[in-house]
Amino acid sequence: MKLSFVVNGAAREVEVRPMARLLDVLREDLRLTGAKEGCGEGECGACTVLIDGKAACACIVPAVQAHGATVQTVEGLADDQRLARLQDSFVRCGAAQCGICTPGFLMTAAELCQRSQALSRAEVRDAVAGNLCRCTGYQKIIDAVEEALCADQPR
Amino acid sequence: MAQLIGESIGRVDGPAKVSGRALYVDDLHVPGCYYGATVRSIHAHALIRGITLNLDYDWSDVVVVTSVDIPGENVIALMTDDQPALAEQVVRHVTEPIALVAAPTREKALEAARNVRVEYQPLPALIDMTRSQGEDPRIFGRDNVFKKLELRLGDVKAVKGGVLIEGEYNVGHQEQLYIEPQGVLAVPRDDGGVTILGSLQCPYYVVKALTRVLGHDKLNVVQAATGGGFGGKEEYPSMLSAHAALLALRAGRPVKMVYRRDEDLRATTKRHPARVKLRTRVDESGRLLSLDADVLMDGGAYNTLSPVVISRAALHVSGPYRWETAHVRAAVVATHTPPNGAFRGFGAPQAMFAVERHLDLIARTLSIDPVELRRMNLLREGDLTVTGQVVKAPGGLLALDQALAAADAPLPPLSPIPGGGGDAARRLPGRGVSVVFHGCGFTGNGEAKIKSSVILELQGERVRVLTGSTDIGQGTDTIFPQIVASILDIPLSWVEMAPHDTALVPDSGPTVASRTAMVVGGVVDAAARKLHAALQAEAKRPGPFAELARARRVRTPLRVEAQHQPDPTLRWDDERYIGDAYPTYAWMATVVDLAVDIDTGEVTYRRLITATDIGFALNPVLASGQIEGGALQALGWATFEEVVTDGKGLMLNDRLTNYIIPTAADAPEMVTLLIQNPYAGGPFGAKGLGEIPMDGPAAAVAQAIEAATGAVLNRLPMTPERVLEATP
Amino acid sequence: MLTSHAEVLSPRTLTEALAAKASHPETVALAGGTDLMVLIEANKLDPSRVLNLWGVPELRGLDAQDGWIRLGALTTWTELIQSPLLAEHAPALVEAARTCGAVQIRNRGTLGGNLANASPAGDSLPPLLALDAVVELGSARRGLRRVPIERFFLGYRKTALERDELITAIYLPARVDGDETFFRKVGTRRAQSISKLSFCGRVRRQGGQVTLARLTFGALGPVPLRAHTVEVALEGGPVRPQLAELLLNDIRPIADVRSTAEYRQRVAVNVLRGWLESLVG
Repeated sequence: MKLSFVVNGAAREVEVRPMARLLDVLREDLRLTGAKEGCGEGECGACTVLIDGKAACACIVPAVQAHGATVQTVEGLADDQRLARLQDSFVRCGAAQCGICTPGFLMTAAELCQRSQALSRAEVRDAVAGNLCRCTGYQKIIDAVEEALCADQPR
Repeated sequence: MAQLIGESIGRVDGPAKVSGRALYVDDLHVPGCYYGATVRSIHAHALIRGITLNLDYDWSDVVVVTSVDIPGENVIALMTDDQPALAEQVVRHVTEPIALVAAPTREKALEAARNVRVEYQPLPALIDMTRSQGEDPRIFGRDNVFKKLELRLGDVKAVKGGVLIEGEYNVGHQEQLYIEPQGVLAVPRDDGGVTILGSLQCPYYVVKALTRVLGHDKLNVVQAATGGGFGGKEEYPSMLSAHAALLALRAGRPVKMVYRRDEDLRATTKRHPARVKLRTRVDESGRLLSLDADVLMDGGAYNTLSPVVISRAALHVSGPYRWETAHVRAAVVATHTPPNGAFRGFGAPQAMFAVERHLDLIARTLSIDPVELRRMNLLREGDLTVTGQVVKAPGGLLALDQALAAADAPLPPLSPIPGGGGDAARRLPGRGVSVVFHGCGFTGNGEAKIKSSVILELQGERVRVLTGSTDIGQGTDTIFPQIVASILDIPLSWVEMAPHDTALVPDSGPTVASRTAMVVGGVVDAAARKLHAALQAEAKRPGPFAELARARRVRTPLRVEAQHQPDPTLRWDDERYIGDAYPTYAWMATVVDLAVDIDTGEVTYRRLITATDIGFALNPVLASGQIEGGALQALGWATFEEVVTDGKGLMLNDRLTNYIIPTAADAPEMVTLLIQNPYAGGPFGAKGLGEIPMDGPAAAVAQAIEAATGAVLNRLPMTPERVLEATP
Repeated sequence: MLTSHAEVLSPRTLTEALAAKASHPETVALAGGTDLMVLIEANKLDPSRVLNLWGVPELRGLDAQDGWIRLGALTTWTELIQSPLLAEHAPALVEAARTCGAVQIRNRGTLGGNLANASPAGDSLPPLLALDAVVELGSARRGLRRVPIERFFLGYRKTALERDELITAIYLPARVDGDETFFRKVGTRRAQSISKLSFCGRVRRQGGQVTLARLTFGALGPVPLRAHTVEVALEGGPVRPQLAELLLNDIRPIADVRSTAEYRQRVAVNVLRGWLESLVG
């Protein structure tokens, strides 16, 4: 099928098998390798992208369901000033170590940034529980997300 | 100039990692690349009768490699030469590689692998480590023992008094579970050699192994961005690189091999399971009189690094305590199961869990507070370890005091039970405390043998650091430039890391054993000083480095090489295990607060306080990140992570849905205290810190569960099933 | 198999969807993909035809109608959690939704998909069973029919869905005063976990007497089950926590890679007793 969708703000058209994994379309057809594959079954969250603003594991989304959708990947984060702050927080707080889970965490956090309500620390933990990290013990990831969310709150 | 060292500057590879620009193996796009797949044994022990291809299958664009296609020796050279790259007549564990295929797509490669038929004649298999030593069938050597060792302090038998207290402690496999699976890209070179780009810790290990497999050394190994290792990418990448290289040379084109998660879980190395028996005598006041320890570990079917793992276990089974006498016997044996290998802690966590639980048993038996028992017996200045090493500037008491003081702060709220029903009254609080130490760097004279080297190059306003030490997330590529910039008093932007490519960088020793910051960082420090001296010599005048560098007109780079200089006062007898086992030790105290659900046995972590004497924190955020990550791996091992195997040693829970590591919601809030206690042998006083966080938390959790419920658990993991069963 | 070669049809209306299912009954229905894609990746399913329901508007929506709450089959877990209507009428289902996967799964996984997949560990199943839900099934030829949830699950991953049918909606009766509900999932960890067992309870009390009891368990056997013995014992009297022991008449837990039969049995009783005790106060 011809898959038409918007990726990081740009309209894209790709010829794909309809049940191809969105992750493969992004990584192989569009060469956007920011989303990573850690498990292939929606468990580790390393392939998290936003589809129409909602976090999803690209490894278990068939291409056909991205047709007509707006997809954001980590490569597009810096275009948004607020989300670029999230990236800064990750570096400054030490939230990225090996970095393989980082794009996924950033995209899950990016969905959180779009919501308006304030979150407690425990709620931030629950909110990112679909992303596995083996390096950090999560402490600094929670710090970074919290910092970015706080910066978003109106003063 | 800004004081760089000791500052929490952001990691230099941070911007690339948060933007998706960092390239991991699977991100490397190479035109014409084939994908490799592995045909693996389905038997624990069998003769290979034949390997045939399904003739109905289209093999026209598939490359196949078996052991007969190996140009050099069929061996993955590490400590011994027992492990083949591809099984020949015999398979010795399930998932042992037998044949390789490569095809234009991943799907085709996986499909082709299923069309390779292996005919087996199954043989009796030995799966249980307690029935291995000296038994049939023979897997390794004359008695199935990879390594056996014994150490003595004084005469245990001469101690008759006190109370005899005995315990047995068992721990299972643990998977490293780096989030990026193992992966390698092999690219044929024009000279007939091959370039390996891989997710790996130790590029020179791969060089050593591949030189033997290929029968020549026309090869270079480049570390790609590496998505976690924790020891799991210490030795296994040699195997995977050999496979990818064989396929690439056969196909005459690049071949990429990236394991799927299930294959990675089933086939690659794990932490060694262990059984530790302790027999101790203690006087009524709690003074430790004698330690008689028996450590048994399961090495799996091949030797890998097991001898070193058992050695570290033997050297840590005393815990950070003063024993008047000790007798430690340790053995790692062979079984027909997938080989176990390096994993953060490297034998020490198994030993430390045992001895810390044993101290709890002593405390219970003598009705002494477990913390006071530890405080009373912790090694103090001038005490002797069980190898007779004189302890210098120990940080155990300091760590314990700091961790306990921090534990006075109010606890964070207990998070609700998932799915509601959060009745706090049905969850019992418990606190546990443990103290551990961890020998930094290689054991004994290990460092003297490998002579780690680092090269620095000055050209213009740029100092290039060339080292084989890799950054696998821990921050090497950030702290080495910090050291150089601080020593030379130059901006950090002047310093860059050369790619970790063996064509460029010297062998700095493997990136393992909590040695990179302390040992190689020390060599970087020395190299920086040497570079300054060389620059002054070239300029024929003294002066600040930056000024001389700016004034330099020579076009060729100024290049210096430094090598590790072991402390000449260290003495070690590798035969009798006597002397200075490690140049120094890191020390850590853990205080964990948790709650146990009385209905389900589930543990909810509330807070984990660690206080760690790491000498000096070169970069506190990176250092505490290491501690926190390691500590959560330890909590995972404590209550979640269990490798379930069938009767053949095959891992059954080979998915992330059933091999359970903690999520952010499972992890406690962490308070991470770094104690500065400078060690003269490390750069700016830094000691090793990568592994110690793995050592202590599991025992603290066991003590906390016991405090909460009365359940005494001496087996890891302490799953809800085991907690509930043990609750009186 | 990394990618499926299946042909995909993406209907725009329910009529088109039912017609497609009727003409090719072997077609596998695709909702949010959170189960289906995993089965394909694990080589457990290799469909030749897939019916992509994601764009069928009639399968969405969540509203109250004549004493019932209608949930379109494509209602996602996230939508369940965010619905004020369900917070009032089916808090136990909302709690179950919170325990399902993590946000990435909840954004795409659907209630209809959870029913059709019919995993014994499906997170919505015990609450739907405890709430006396009704499943609406549609076929091109026979139109819509409604099946009480208890008759929907026939065996391990076997449902009452005919080959030409699709799940169109789930109906929940509006909450009745005096109803108290409880949900508890005992999983492998706090998030992103599969149940070792899950429990949903509902009792209706009038004047201190239990007039209705629904006690349901997931992941204990091939289908979600009701603890009829305990329900009957509870009804007609005050809440007596010790009745939890009778549960052993109702359940025969399984052992698998996630847990043991002994654990499941003991914990099922404990969780039930714990809840009954909390009702007594």
